[in-house]
Amino acid sequence: MNIIEQLNQETIASQGKTIPEFAVGDTLRVQVKVSEGNRERLQAFEGLVIGRRNAGLNSSVTIRKISFGEGVERVFPLYSPILERIEVVRRGDVRRAKLYYLRGRAGKSARITEKKQFANAAEAAAAKAAAAAAAAEAAPAAEATATAEA
Amino acid sequence: MRTGLIAEKMGMTRIFTAEGQSVPVTVLQALDIQVTQKKTTETDGYTAIQVGMGNQKPSRVSKPLTGHFAKAKVEPKQHVVEFRVSEENLLEAGTELKTDHFAEGAIVDVTGVTIGKGFAGVMKRHNFGGLRASHGVSVTHRSHGSTGQRQDPGKVFKGKKMAGHMGVRRRTQQNLQVVRVDADRGLILVKGSVPGAKGSVVMVRDAVKKSNA
Repeated sequence: MNIIEQLNQETIASQGKTIPEFAVGDTLRVQVKVSEGNRERLQAFEGLVIGRRNAGLNSSVTIRKISFGEGVERVFPLYSPILERIEVVRRGDVRRAKLYYLRGRAGKSARITEKKQFANAAEAAAAKAAAAAAAAEAAPAAEATATAEA
Repeated sequence: MRTGLIAEKMGMTRIFTAEGQSVPVTVLQALDIQVTQKKTTETDGYTAIQVGMGNQKPSRVSKPLTGHFAKAKVEPKQHVVEFRVSEENLLEAGTELKTDHFAEGAIVDVTGVTIGKGFAGVMKRHNFGGLRASHGVSVTHRSHGSTGQRQDPGKVFKGKKMAGHMGVRRRTQQNLQVVRVDADRGLILVKGSVPGAKGSVVMVRDAVKKSNA
């Protein structure tokens, strides 16, 4: 390991931080240290993760929220001491690494569906099969109506 | 005037302060630093210290240099640099130096050889604006334009900024703050950037324009 990487690992270790597992599309609440004069307090920033950079000490997360009708984005370095705590509020189901397309959207079209949680693989497979069966059932029905109309 | 140190540039990283500010730092490493020669007014007409860094295999050192190192009773060094010092700061040959020579928070100047850019055009080398992208400009979008006037003076003035070789020049970055010092591992962390590529050798000295008092 080169000396730069070694120093980075030491910095990460010295902070003693535990960063919860989260991914793009999740909703996070981060507690940010804010100093007013010589008083320090915590301020929460809650929003959607639209990007995450995994780069060791330089890792960061981009969080977007709508504040009073205005889109607000903040980039937090994950190992910055001003980040006191990260809480995962909701898991989102997305198929992109970066959700920059949300910037041009608002309201209904800017929603992210919640990720379904399964206890084990078998349960997940069962749910998938059920969904497929439902789709197959719906398809012939639709066909039947189409022929009737004709 | 104290002696400086030679160090190897390892690269850059960041440090977070307690207030949460990110400080960009350059990591310099200096191992096995020893004084290889003392120059005095009596023997050389001026006072200086020759410092060597990094031990070298004896088989890789020329015979004249081997003799030079043997005289100072030090192991052969990879890099040798001379620093002018005032008389009271002279050190004996063989003296070992550590990176804690510089205190944390001290202001230093760092000298190195800049990264070579090869033959560079005026836009890269002198920050010229170049020509327009359209409106009839053909083929010469990155050229410099005119280089002078007319029949009078009838020549291009000396020192006219033109395309040419860029980089690989000795440059000094002044007034850099020492953020952290690790004597055991021979590290100096300096705030900001330093001339030269990773792995290049730089000289670290007390700042000329700011006192460390």
